[in-house]
Amino acid sequence: MEQAQDTLLREFEEKIECGFAIEPKDRMPAGYRKHLVRQMSQHAHSEVIGMQPEGNWVTRAPSLRAKQILLAKIQDEGGHGLYLYSAAETLGVSRDELIEQLHTGKAKYSNIFNYPALSWADIGAIGWLVDGAAIVNQVSLQRTSYGPYSRAMVRICKEESFHQRQGYEIMAKMMAGTADQKAMAQDAMNRWWWPSLMMFGPHDSDSPHTGDAFKWKIKRHSNDELRQKFIDKTVQQAEVIGLTIPDKDLKWNEEKKCYDHGEINWEEFSRVIGGDGPCNKQRMEHHISVHNEGAWVREAAEAYSAKQQYSKNV
Amino acid sequence: MTADNQLDVWEVFMQSKPGANYIHAGSIHASDKQMALQNARDTYCRRGEGTSIWVVPSSAIVASNPEDNGMFFDPANDKIYRHPTFYVMPEGAKAI
Repeated sequence: MEQAQDTLLREFEEKIECGFAIEPKDRMPAGYRKHLVRQMSQHAHSEVIGMQPEGNWVTRAPSLRAKQILLAKIQDEGGHGLYLYSAAETLGVSRDELIEQLHTGKAKYSNIFNYPALSWADIGAIGWLVDGAAIVNQVSLQRTSYGPYSRAMVRICKEESFHQRQGYEIMAKMMAGTADQKAMAQDAMNRWWWPSLMMFGPHDSDSPHTGDAFKWKIKRHSNDELRQKFIDKTVQQAEVIGLTIPDKDLKWNEEKKCYDHGEINWEEFSRVIGGDGPCNKQRMEHHISVHNEGAWVREAAEAYSAKQQYSKNV
Repeated sequence: MTADNQLDVWEVFMQSKPGANYIHAGSIHASDKQMALQNARDTYCRRGEGTSIWVVPSSAIVASNPEDNGMFFDPANDKIYRHPTFYVMPEGAKAI
């Protein structure tokens, strides 16, 4: 029995080694399935919870153009959540279970959405920095070994670039505006920069989930590699529109050809993940109440479907 | 929390333009055909990705078993007469 398990694991790892994608009906180690369900559901929950800070500004968008763009972006985030839930469901976990894990706190979502969107400039900062950081991560995940996850990532990456560009456009516009508007944009930058860097997770030396994830090619680049990539491409974008990166230790390292950055506040990171962020409670309460208030819609849809079946049969 | 019905799962196949193959896009949840089509459109076709959609209840799909691949997808390499290169064409014959 144990020998058979060893053979299966070896066959699986050989497949991964050769660069083959793993598909839902393929044999896979329990640890691989478990890691994927955890990572993909967390990813899906993040897309959905991420609609909340942005939804907060729909009725207060400064123009009809801005409002249409924001609505389209939020709809995309919902769509991305659905791509990811459906990819996770191919592993044999149901949507009910996934949502229950979110509501009971067993499954997490990205820490970044526990911060509030205080001004219109935050909508710019979220699109530019938060979606920008997410893109760096998601581009890397396009080559993840699980087929349905990889395909969802390809689809998502196609749509994310609009998100980042619309955010950067908001920031650029404000930085070309009045002194107050510039101050508002810089304030948003100051608040969102560090949490965006935290999105990539702990330093490689402190990251608890990476061993098998690399061997099984779920993860293709390390947290620190991805974080560095994000910093290196974002600094120039900030400079072009006159924003200052709120890190006095940030400087170009000519030898390594990349930016050195200051120390990330990991104490804040674990505090917010642990539930003590500015909006943790609000985000979860909102999700639970909307889920419960929507129960009658699902019931009505089922009843309608049953009635159609019935009238077809008589 | 009480378990809540999240409706049935449907697979979505989309044709990007008339004449193209229908390609699997992903899945959605819906309680009936009409809702399945609408949800498929809203989820997988927000930027003109398709001109036609098929939705199929996931439970109706029958899939081959990866463990039978060796036998099931035997390449039949011994049947080389299935390939055009097997045949000897007369010298000088054109456009064949």
